[in-house]
Amino acid sequence: MELEKVLRGYRSAELAKKVVEHINALAKEVEEANIVHVCGTHEYTIVKSGIRSLLPPNVEVRSGPGCPVCVCPPSDIDAAIELAFRPNVVVTTFGDMYRVPSTKYSLAEAAAKGASVRVVYGIGDAVELAKKMPDKEVVHFAIGFETTAPSTAYVLSADPPPNFSIVPSHRLIPPAIEHLLNLGEARIDGFILPGHVSTIIGAKPYRPISQKYRVPQVIAGFEPLDVLIGVAMLLQQVVEGRSEVEIEYTRSVREEGNVRAQQFMEKIFEPVEAGWRGIGKIPKSGYRLRSGYEQYNAISRFEVEVDESAPDTKPGCRCGEILRGLCYPQDCPLFGKICTPRSPWGPCMVSSEGACFIAYRYGKSVKL
Amino acid sequence: MCLAIPAKVLEVSGDTAIVDFGGVKREICIALLENVKPGDYVLVHTGFAIQVIDEEEAMETLRLWEELLSSQQVEV
Repeated sequence: MELEKVLRGYRSAELAKKVVEHINALAKEVEEANIVHVCGTHEYTIVKSGIRSLLPPNVEVRSGPGCPVCVCPPSDIDAAIELAFRPNVVVTTFGDMYRVPSTKYSLAEAAAKGASVRVVYGIGDAVELAKKMPDKEVVHFAIGFETTAPSTAYVLSADPPPNFSIVPSHRLIPPAIEHLLNLGEARIDGFILPGHVSTIIGAKPYRPISQKYRVPQVIAGFEPLDVLIGVAMLLQQVVEGRSEVEIEYTRSVREEGNVRAQQFMEKIFEPVEAGWRGIGKIPKSGYRLRSGYEQYNAISRFEVEVDESAPDTKPGCRCGEILRGLCYPQDCPLFGKICTPRSPWGPCMVSSEGACFIAYRYGKSVKL
Repeated sequence: MCLAIPAKVLEVSGDTAIVDFGGVKREICIALLENVKPGDYVLVHTGFAIQVIDEEEAMETLRLWEELLSSQQVEV
């Protein structure tokens, strides 16, 4: 079977119309439903496909802390910048992170001032660079959720060159979801769970959260119908008073996830409390290198002092509230005025998966 | 960041594979998966295959929804 046929199926306007009718019928049976998703790619699909405009007035889908670039604390970016200014060090980064403003400036601005920064597609390219430049120290800025962490773990387990190390800055999604529920700032009737994070970790890590907080969760894919069906499945649970973890993205997500990828992560990393920009510290939501792999930690290898006291966001920026599902980008007075993709004031306006960037670039599909 | 692009596996050699992203061919790492075969569609994230796509499961999900929604319309 050709994949194109599958993707056409998940973009079918005819079926989408029926699912929207189904959502409308279910919505009549609930007072209101506030759904939060935690993935920048979901936000992209929602805005680009105009999904919010298709939903009934009592059903909202808000963006949560689903953009790893946006939630990366400035102290980690500052550490990467400091390393990039060291003689003999080259810092590699994903393109999304390159222009994110930090305490003083971004990696891009640091590069303009003479720091050595290279944008790479993946950690594999950073390792190749280290092999080509044996007289330099190559430091990869290892950000990303569970989707990205296995590639870092694999590389570190496969005996990388001695001149290679990382700034460890991975973050984990289930603790962030639990933290949002503990904060209790926003009414949350259900979560659309990230399809590719869940491809790695499976459905199991979310189950205790559904049980403890009585909250429905659905793992959804990234085509327009995936999201619409995800919303319908959540509403169905709300109507029936269920709080379970269900999988809509069946073509990629298995109950147990990608066990091999999990084994690499387990071997190299252990969970540790970590800071999230605009949110604060969350227990067991980051990774540190296990003993035996600590030599690959650039922070200790190069004795970088990390200053965690720096403010998360600049005055007036509402990225923190946007990342906690409390407001839409258009609610921020800076949006589209002094904060634009060309001149971003806050982190959510930089990444192609940041809620503000997506709203600015692709439209106005907030709840009207 | 968590974007993963589907690609068709053309050749497998140890922990690497040549895949086709709709015309663009590239070498990727398949060490995070077992039993990847030429002809499989994989999801590729930052140069690593993270899962083999189950096309039959995908079509089955769509079929079930078509069926469910059609039967509901009849009920109405």
